[in-house]
Amino acid sequence: MQALVIVAHGSHLNPDSSTPTYDHADAIRATGAFDEVREAFWKEEPSFREALRTVEAEEVYVVPLFISEGYFTEQVIPREMRLEEWDVADWGSEDGVSASSATYEAADVEKTIHYCGPVGTHEVMSDVIVRRAESVTGDPEVGAGFGLAIVGHGTERNENSAKAIHYHTERIREMGRFDQVEAVFMDEEPEVDDVTEFFDSEDIVVVPLFVADGFHTQEDIPEDMGLTDDFREGYPVPGEVDGHRIWYAGAVGTESLMADVVLERAAEAGADIGDARTRIEERSAPSVAGE
Amino acid sequence: MNDAQVEALVEAAEEGVEIDGLRIAQERSGYRFETPERTHEGLSGSELRTAAEESPWFVSNWHYWTHVVGGPESARHEYLRWVEGADDHAVPERYEALSTGLTREWGQLSITATLADDGVRRYDLRHVADGDRAEEDLETHVDPLDARRIATYDDDGRYRPLSTAPTLRTGWVYPDLDGRALVETVEFLYPATVENWNRERRGELDITHFRETAERQTGIYSIVEGLSVEELEAAAEACCVDSQCLKRRMWDEDEETPLDVPRGEEAFPCREPCSLLVTAARKFVTLGREETRSYEFELTPTEKEQIEGIIDAVADGRVGEIREADLNDGANRYRARYLRALRGGEHGLSNTPTYPEDHD
Ligand code: SF4
Repeated sequence: MQALVIVAHGSHLNPDSSTPTYDHADAIRATGAFDEVREAFWKEEPSFREALRTVEAEEVYVVPLFISEGYFTEQVIPREMRLEEWDVADWGSEDGVSASSATYEAADVEKTIHYCGPVGTHEVMSDVIVRRAESVTGDPEVGAGFGLAIVGHGTERNENSAKAIHYHTERIREMGRFDQVEAVFMDEEPEVDDVTEFFDSEDIVVVPLFVADGFHTQEDIPEDMGLTDDFREGYPVPGEVDGHRIWYAGAVGTESLMADVVLERAAEAGADIGDARTRIEERSAPSVAGE
Repeated sequence: MNDAQVEALVEAAEEGVEIDGLRIAQERSGYRFETPERTHEGLSGSELRTAAEESPWFVSNWHYWTHVVGGPESARHEYLRWVEGADDHAVPERYEALSTGLTREWGQLSITATLADDGVRRYDLRHVADGDRAEEDLETHVDPLDARRIATYDDDGRYRPLSTAPTLRTGWVYPDLDGRALVETVEFLYPATVENWNRERRGELDITHFRETAERQTGIYSIVEGLSVEELEAAAEACCVDSQCLKRRMWDEDEETPLDVPRGEEAFPCREPCSLLVTAARKFVTLGREETRSYEFELTPTEKEQIEGIIDAVADGRVGEIREADLNDGANRYRARYLRALRGGEHGLSNTPTYPEDHD
């Protein structure tokens, strides 16, 4: 028996925070690749502390639905899950974006725990960002004539969060698909407030590298970019700002292809997922006009 | 009972069977078949079959627990047995009760076990407040995953960050769950309660007391270590008593220092301060950093009591129940507005500045 536990932040205040976690868990449940799939949260239940005991399987794959390697993935989750042997070096990620997985015993259950790196720094995440751009523009070929801005939180508590943004920016730039790809941040330079200044193209797709929609992605960023004066009134997609058309995508974590990254993390840690990835990809294929 | 169950039982007899008063053993003289009502010895295989057929409830009961539920050591297995009181009631008595439905409560959940064909149990799960309501009057669910959404908002549409707060929404029913789906659904509504309940019954509940939890915190929560025992008691009184959270609080300040706050009455334990309690504790620590001061207020005795009544109304979640024109209730909106208009001033209550030194 093998179980998948998807761990995420959750919220005491915002009921939508857990929605992407539930959605991706359900997509993976539907593939039947795991005997059990369970969600666990820092701020909701089951807690990180008690998640492992809620599954019956002896092999457990833990995949953090977090954007970067850092405070939560390196300190909070292993500590709360009682992975006493945890050593960040076991992930082999010296650059902060190359975490793999490591295997431990947890102190409160008799199970083998495969602790995987966060979804946010997996290379497939670049594809999810591109897919998000396709979804928001409704154009599966989107790229030529478009700029792409990837928005991060900034260094505040965790310098690795910026590394994840730069990592995907670089990778997508190398794809040569968009006219321009830039990293912007909420609380450091280059700031998302000035996003239009960084692009020559008229059209700019803006994708926040966030797991869930919340105050940052639904209130701060749209207001900071000048897409709306009052978030309560919503924002247009696309919206006109300084002679640019801004296609604001909302949190990348809500994109259904994210489930694929979760699966990929577990598979790389040794989970037997059969053809589950193909099934997720089919399920989350963008609906193309005329199809 | 059906033929396949009897066959399976005869096959299992070689290894020996013992469950809920049914005992089958292979002895030198043949099989021994025993229920509380009868004992047969020296049976051949076909005689064993006949004996089994004469005790159909014992056969289907054995089959249900070993073949349908399985996982003999699992919390799921133990929980399903608890639901029908399997350890306390003999098979015939239990089957009589199951035929009309045997109901247990788990927090605000009401679980009714019944018998379907061949002794297989089915379970009806709903809010206790919907106990007698007809299925047609309730929103019907079959998928355990729906339970996450049932648990998200209370009856007034407010988000429920704590799953075991006694504010579970009413008006829904799972009329026909099998055992596995029942436990899954309960675990979506009240995560980890079944497992922790089972650990406690086995004497293996791993309690983490407040000091240990506090010590482990990092980042913005590392300050919760600073909570005094008095403040911790107030915090448990604020968050953990049954009117706020149905889990039975088993943690204390530390192993030696029990908190003088009721633990609660429910079956399922709380083994460690939860994230909500830790977040609240963080706020309480910062509140505790302020020194008290003396203020002078000019209030009538009734006004003083009115203010206390308003605090109670908010603390007890009673505000929404106060009738619009109930002017006898000090927490009534008109009464509160009148008090503010009369006694509030530029500097707040009784026009007494919060920081008088700023106004000298
Ligand atoms: S710490 Fe208190 S509020 Fe939190 S789950 Fe336990 S009893 Fe409930």
